[in-house]
Amino acid sequence: MTKKKVENLKKIATALRKDVIDISFRANVGHIGSALSIAEIITALYFGIMSVNPKNPKWKNRDRFILSKGHAAAIQYCALAKLGFLSREQLLNFCQNESELAEHPEIHVKGVEVTTGSLGHGLSLGVGMALAGKTKGLNYRVFVLLSDGENDEGSVWEAALAAGHFKLDNLVAIIDYNKLQAFGKIEEVMNLEPLSAKWKAFGWETSEISGHDMEKVVRTLEKLPFLKGKPSLIISHSVMGKGISFMEGKLAWHYQNLKETEYKRALKELKDK
Amino acid sequence: MRYAFIKTLTKLASKNQKIFLLTGDLGYTVFEDFATAFPKRFINMGVAESNMVGVAAGLSLEGFIPFVYSIATFATMRPYEQIRNDICLQNLNVKIVGVGGGLGYGHAGPTHHSQEDIAIMRVLPNITIVCPADPFEVEVATEQAAKLKGPVYLRLGKAGEPKIHPKKPKLKLGKGIIMRDGSDVLLLATGNQVINSLLVAEVLSKKGIAAKVINLHTIKPLDKELILDSVKKIKYVVTIEEHSVIGGLGSAVAEVLASEEGNTVLKRIGIADKFSKIVGDHEHLRNHHSLTPEKIKKIVLNLIK
Repeated sequence: MTKKKVENLKKIATALRKDVIDISFRANVGHIGSALSIAEIITALYFGIMSVNPKNPKWKNRDRFILSKGHAAAIQYCALAKLGFLSREQLLNFCQNESELAEHPEIHVKGVEVTTGSLGHGLSLGVGMALAGKTKGLNYRVFVLLSDGENDEGSVWEAALAAGHFKLDNLVAIIDYNKLQAFGKIEEVMNLEPLSAKWKAFGWETSEISGHDMEKVVRTLEKLPFLKGKPSLIISHSVMGKGISFMEGKLAWHYQNLKETEYKRALKELKDK
Repeated sequence: MRYAFIKTLTKLASKNQKIFLLTGDLGYTVFEDFATAFPKRFINMGVAESNMVGVAAGLSLEGFIPFVYSIATFATMRPYEQIRNDICLQNLNVKIVGVGGGLGYGHAGPTHHSQEDIAIMRVLPNITIVCPADPFEVEVATEQAAKLKGPVYLRLGKAGEPKIHPKKPKLKLGKGIIMRDGSDVLLLATGNQVINSLLVAEVLSKKGIAAKVINLHTIKPLDKELILDSVKKIKYVVTIEEHSVIGGLGSAVAEVLASEEGNTVLKRIGIADKFSKIVGDHEHLRNHHSLTPEKIKKIVLNLIK
C-alpha cells in the first residue's frame, strides 16, 4: 500500500470516530470507548486490506470479518455505511426504536457476516468458516476481532486450539488489547500475560503492534499469513476511548453515554485533528 | 440407534457433498466407515462441545450441513449458548445429534443421564426436536433432518433398541403416528418409550381396555391437531417419556390441552424432578422411575378406575 493511501486511511479513521460519537450520542448508548480503540484496525481492514464488495455482499471469495467483541458494533456500522453497505439514513437510525441496527451486530444487516454479542463465540465461527474455505478450495481469509477481556472465556481457547491443530493459515485473530474490561484493569480482574506466549503455545504465529499506528497496522496486515500452515494472531495494543482526551484509558467509557457538553467537546477534538 | 444413524448419514453423505459430521471425540467403532469414506467431511473436534457447535455454525454459514454428535447431555447442555446464539438465533442448518437420550447411559451415572435436554431445547425458537422410537425411525428422521433447512435436535437412544415398525415407516416430521387405535385411554409417547406404551396397550386390551397409542416422534413442532382431535373422544390422557416430567413431552401436551376447553384428565409419566441416586443399568433405572410396562400399566389403571 502506498504512503498516500495510508495517510488517507488515517483520515478515514478520524471520520469513523466522528460517526461513532455522533450515532452513540443520538442513540444515548455506551460502549464508545470500546469502539474507538479499534478505529485504526477497522479502517485498515475494511478500507485497505479486505476484499469486500457492497454491490455483491455475499460474493463467495470475499474476505470474512467477524466482530467477536460485538459491543463495538457502532464502528463496524460506521465503516459499512461509509463503504455503501448501509445508507446514511440507516446509520443515523442506530439503536433507535424499530431500527435494524442494535448495539451488537446482527446477521440480517447487509455486510455483517454473523450475529455476535455474547463474548467467546466469534473465533469458533471463524474456525468453521476457515475450514469451509479450505474444504471448498476458496482463498478468502477470515478475520476475527476479539476483545482482551474476551480471552477470559474458555471457548476462545477451545477455538484457538482447534485453529492451530487444523493449521488454518486463512484465519486471522486480532485482540484489541486496551487493558480494560468492564469492571477494571485486565491485569487486576484476570491477568492475561504472557498473552502472546499463550497463543504461540496453541499453534499460532503472533505479532504485537501499536493498534493506533496506522502505518504499523497496515504493514502488519499486509504480511498475512505470518507463516504458512499456522493461524495468525495480532495483539493490538490500544487505548480505550482513543482520540477523545477525556475518554482515553478511562474505564467509565466502556459503558458511559455522552452528555451534550461531552458530545460537543468530543466532536471539536476530532475536528481539530 | 446410533448404528442406524451413521449408516443413514453415510448413505446421505455419498449423495450430498454438503454433509459434514463433527464429533466431540465420540463414536469409536461407530464412525470409522464415514471417516474413511469422507475424510474431509469428518472432523473430530476433540472434547470441546462449545467450539464444536460454533464451528458447525461457521460451516453452515458457508453452505454446508453439519451434523454434530455427542452424548445427549454434552451435545445440548455444555454448548447451550452456542446452540441458542449461533444456531437458532441465526436459523442455521445445523443438526445436533444427542446419543443416549434419557437413561441410556445407565451405569455411567447422573452426569450422563439426559433428563432435561428436551426441556431446554424446546424453548429455543426455530428448532425442530425429533425423538425416534426405533432404528427405522432413526433412518427416516436422519434423512428428513438433512433435507429440512434449519436447526434440528435429533435425540437418539444408545444401542439395541427393539424395532417397533416392520419396515421403514412413512414418517413425517411434525406429524404423530397412530400406532394403535382405542377409545378408553390415550397414551402419548415419544422416543424409546413408544415400545413400552405399545406393550402396556397390549396388556390393557386383555383386560378389555382399549388404549389409543400415538407416537409423537416430533416434540417440536408438536402435532397439536392430532392430540386435540384424539381428546375429543378420550377423556384420559397419559404422556410417557424418558425425560423429566418438567418441560418435556408431558409439558408440551399440557400446554396444548390448556389452550383448549375440555374435561381431559392428564397424567404425565417421566423422570421425577430429581437426580438418580441409585446405580443401575438402563432397565433397572427405568424401573426405579416407573418407566417399565408393568409400572406404567399400574399408573394407567389407577387413573381410569
